[in-house]
Amino acid sequence: MVEKDHFRQVLQHSPFHDRIEEHNLIKNWMSWNGYQTARVLDTLSAEYFAIRSGCSVMDLTPMEKYRITGPDSLAFLNRLVARDLSKLKPNRVTYVVWCNDDGKVLDDGTIFHLGDAGYRLCSQHHQLDWLLISSQGFDVEIAEETHEVAALAVQGPTSCAVLRAAGIDGLDQLKPFGIQYTQLLGFEVMVSRTGYTGDLGYEVWTEPRHAVDLWDAIFATKHRGLYDVRVIGLDALEMVRIEAGFIMPGDDFITAETAVRADHDRSPFELGVGWTVNLDKPYFTGKGALIKEKSSAIKRRLVKLVVEGNKPPVDSFLYDAMKGKRIGTIKSQTWSPILKANLAMADIDYINGKAPREIWAEIYYQKELTWHATWARTTVSEKPFWSHPRKSATPPGPY
Amino acid sequence: MTNSKTIVLVGGGHNGLVCATYLAKGLGPAGYTVQVLEARDQIGGAASTRCFGQDSCKGGFRVSAVAHVLHSLDPQIGRDLNLANAGLDRGPAIETISLGRNGDHLTLSATAVSGNGLSKVDIESYASFKNEFRSYAKALKPLMTNRPPRLKNMDRRDLITLTQLGWALRFGLGANSMLEFLRVGGINIYDVLNEQFDSERLKGAIAADAVIGHHMGPRTPTTVLTYLHRLQGELHSPQTLPPGGMGKVTEALAEAARIAGVHIRTGAKVTRILIRDGSVTGVALDSGERIDTELVVSNADAKTTFLKLVGTQDLDAMFAHRIRKTRTNGTVAKLHLGLKGLPEVNGMSVAQLGQRLLIAPDMGYVEHAFNHAKYGEFSEHPVLEITLPSITDASLTRDGYHVMSVVACFAPYALKTGWDQGREVFADRIVSLLGAYFPGIASQIVARELLTPVDIEAQYNITGGHWHHGELGIDQSFMMRPVHGAAQYDTPVDGLFLCGAAAHPGGGVTGVPGRLAAERILALSR
Repeated sequence: MVEKDHFRQVLQHSPFHDRIEEHNLIKNWMSWNGYQTARVLDTLSAEYFAIRSGCSVMDLTPMEKYRITGPDSLAFLNRLVARDLSKLKPNRVTYVVWCNDDGKVLDDGTIFHLGDAGYRLCSQHHQLDWLLISSQGFDVEIAEETHEVAALAVQGPTSCAVLRAAGIDGLDQLKPFGIQYTQLLGFEVMVSRTGYTGDLGYEVWTEPRHAVDLWDAIFATKHRGLYDVRVIGLDALEMVRIEAGFIMPGDDFITAETAVRADHDRSPFELGVGWTVNLDKPYFTGKGALIKEKSSAIKRRLVKLVVEGNKPPVDSFLYDAMKGKRIGTIKSQTWSPILKANLAMADIDYINGKAPREIWAEIYYQKELTWHATWARTTVSEKPFWSHPRKSATPPGPY
Repeated sequence: MTNSKTIVLVGGGHNGLVCATYLAKGLGPAGYTVQVLEARDQIGGAASTRCFGQDSCKGGFRVSAVAHVLHSLDPQIGRDLNLANAGLDRGPAIETISLGRNGDHLTLSATAVSGNGLSKVDIESYASFKNEFRSYAKALKPLMTNRPPRLKNMDRRDLITLTQLGWALRFGLGANSMLEFLRVGGINIYDVLNEQFDSERLKGAIAADAVIGHHMGPRTPTTVLTYLHRLQGELHSPQTLPPGGMGKVTEALAEAARIAGVHIRTGAKVTRILIRDGSVTGVALDSGERIDTELVVSNADAKTTFLKLVGTQDLDAMFAHRIRKTRTNGTVAKLHLGLKGLPEVNGMSVAQLGQRLLIAPDMGYVEHAFNHAKYGEFSEHPVLEITLPSITDASLTRDGYHVMSVVACFAPYALKTGWDQGREVFADRIVSLLGAYFPGIASQIVARELLTPVDIEAQYNITGGHWHHGELGIDQSFMMRPVHGAAQYDTPVDGLFLCGAAAHPGGGVTGVPGRLAAERILALSR
């Protein structure tokens, strides 16, 4: 697989690279897991609205992917992650987090039950070493397949219609977190109704050698004048994932593997993903620590904040009153064009297991290179900021 | 659960028996019964007496199986468990004699050395060296005879131990000795002995004591610490050859256990420690029998306990990984010879032959012997520790015959060629080396067996066949033995404790891990 002199190319090209490069007008590249990935291709707001109001396409190939096979696959995965996987049926996907021994989150991701072909685990960060460590005593095989699977995220209100027009059949009955297989131009594609946008959307998986054909089939719908389809970069994705309330390991919190200082790592409860933790299932790594943690009041939480006003609360400190006691910081934030609000993920201290009654952000902003400071009241949102019925409607409505 | 007040001890070696007895004395009045389950047909584990030779125990030979010199059994255990009443006989005290090929043997006692060709300076240096090192060993005593203190979340007991240790180091040793201890504590015995002595034979003999049983040569860092570990025994009792072999010592421990009300079962192999919701619920035996209990104390090594009996699926992944990564490959083989007649050594009396004999002529020899082990080979010229227990103990064989027990270093567990290929070759090599010191011994051999680390693993259920249930490296000692998170005898599994050599302070027939584990359990039960 690895060719001689491969190291001379610092950033790898995904199988979709040639096509993406044609769309990348401003050449704003960055690295995602070592792949050359577009941050913005053209205009950020156009990419954002492709996701929310049309159809967006993003290259998912760089996402870490692992295949788990063997008789103990389920037992191994159930010991790895906090969620109970025993109820995960073939051709279904579920969202999981996994912890270290101390019950602190190492990463999050999705697990695909591929039936007889085992399971696929997708994660934000590289996890092979942790998977191998966790596999001791289990009869499983773990293979990294990041580079062997090409994938596109096709997301937005018209994503179903676009894929149908591209020749992918049978999506009408595919429910959220479902998987189906279909033939396209004589090769197999797997489609899952999954995504990171909180909207109607799909992820389409195939072998790298069919990647360009898949791409061309999707973009043919645009060239035929049927739908607008737009390539998006990671910046637009960042906006919609905050709207959807999805956490980003490494940005919203330090993963336990990389945390050095005590108390900087975070448990699933502290990240607001305690709903994925099942303390009634058989032992999993971190269970003992999580049971212990549950017995006392929660100390802090990653919360979703709506910040009043129009100033972006970049890296802002948070206080329990205007000019009050400092209780936390903003981890990531975005202006939401569709909600017309400043949205943020924030790490805040809880008092006696509860959020402070008031949370204020101290915001620094520039006007013509001159700094100003202001205060903004914030409100905790327990639900995702953005949600739309079409996200879960089956069949999805016609757009 | 009918048996919820049963405490199960897995493994009837010396530490298991000691722990069981303390527990029966401490918790018996509260209605608990203590059961020791030993997989083998005989109690004692590696501290037992075994038979070899054609007619086995009838007319054959009997010998201490793995450990053959008693030098460190904790005297507090003797008192607490009234071992004298249980029939403990430590046997005659012996000295160490380092053999020379030309009759130039050195006799090393705890305080003095003598022998041909030794300079006056070396003789005086030996006395002061031993004095100094015994004081270091004594300074470490608070650490070696107490539960290892945690450095995070300390409790009162931890603070007391650390205070005692600090006091012993600073005021027990005095400022100068403490500085010297801090200088040598982490370095290798090779450098220290070169500073102290001229005689190569003397340095070789002391260096051998620092490395026997370890995957270490004299130049390996921390061999001063392993030497101090060995000296712990010298602080309270001489080394002895127990009559009837080491099995008699563990029989006395078993008798003390029975007197305290412990039930001992042999041929009862535990195959699984049963766990539900992170707590022990019982043990399963290979017979299919299940015993319900909420408290299991494992005298097995850490890998056997956690990776085989518990299983990784009930443990946190990194904890299981750290257990798996502990260094547990043994490096010592045991050669047993049945001899017709007593072998002779140039210039030695029969009484001298009955001592602990060493073949370790110089430190370079010991280091070269170790080099092979690093590369998966057995030593071309092994370091030998030899006893002829039948000289003082007629019960071991028939009239006119003798038993020789030889500890041979280095014999790595993971031998490149495999031990099926290597076993007889290594045995021949040891015998030929013995022939250089005991002329004609080859013709006296009527029976022989070699226990390699692979054999010790298979026969005595010790992972890697390691005498100490894991290397006594500084990273696997004290509050990191066997790994942090299980270093105070309790484990991440509720109701499961460790009491064997895998726990602090490690191997040797000391009984200390057993005693400390019991103290820990009793303290937690209050």
